[in-house]
Amino acid sequence: MLNRLDEALSFHQNALRVRGQRQELIAANIANADTPNFKARDIDFKAAMQSAVAGINKDAFQTAKTSPLHLDGTRANNNSTSAAPGEPLFRPIIQGSVDGNTVDMDVERNQFADNGIRYEASLTLINAQLKQMLAALQSS
Amino acid sequence: MSLFNVFNISGSAMSAQAQRLNTVASNLANADSATSANGTPYKAKQVVFSATPTGSPDASGVKVLKVIEDNSPAKVVYDPKHPLANDKGYVTMPNVNVTEEMVNMISASRAYQNNVETMNAAKTMLLKTLTIGQQ
Repeated sequence: MLNRLDEALSFHQNALRVRGQRQELIAANIANADTPNFKARDIDFKAAMQSAVAGINKDAFQTAKTSPLHLDGTRANNNSTSAAPGEPLFRPIIQGSVDGNTVDMDVERNQFADNGIRYEASLTLINAQLKQMLAALQSS
Repeated sequence: MSLFNVFNISGSAMSAQAQRLNTVASNLANADSATSANGTPYKAKQVVFSATPTGSPDASGVKVLKVIEDNSPAKVVYDPKHPLANDKGYVTMPNVNVTEEMVNMISASRAYQNNVETMNAAKTMLLKTLTIGQQ
């Protein structure tokens, strides 16, 4: 019974987690809007969501990190030129700047608002699911 | 929890931008300081930002790496009545570019506002998350 409940909520639980990660990345892009040579990053939500639903733990094959400055070891995959699904990727440069920074504030603000709304949509859906379950439990 | 980390990231950016605003204030205030503690005219200061790792491996915050002195040439003004004028009547004034500093000030203040808004959005999202399952 309990794992059924878990299953019913797990899709939106994963969605919230990936949305939260993406929100954090975009916040980092906005924070670094004036940092020289900073490259804006974002995750491909579809790929991240697919790997989250498939239960791929991206930390499973990571090397141990003893300092926050250590780089991520990417998992071995068939196509070595691209990152693992759901890993942060660099944003394409639309209008480069002299200091090597690739943060486009319009894009970032847009994506930040969009991602926030979609996060709240997932929350609303989870609440609706919980209400449905409660209604089913109390139907007598 | 990744959303909580937004506070660290935006907070670090806010303090970095505040320090930038601080140097702008110092530069503008000293735009006419022909002498300083070491006897030379005031030199404009600029902050250097750098990305710094936060709690999450993917998202980075900001820190002020160093504050550098602007090495552009000093302004030389002809003012023979000035007590610091040399024998030809010229005074060396600070190399502060007031226009550049004003632009810097607006940029820093806008970036600060952006980060405040980011933080507020994350706060709203977290508060809404806390209401899951409430009737």
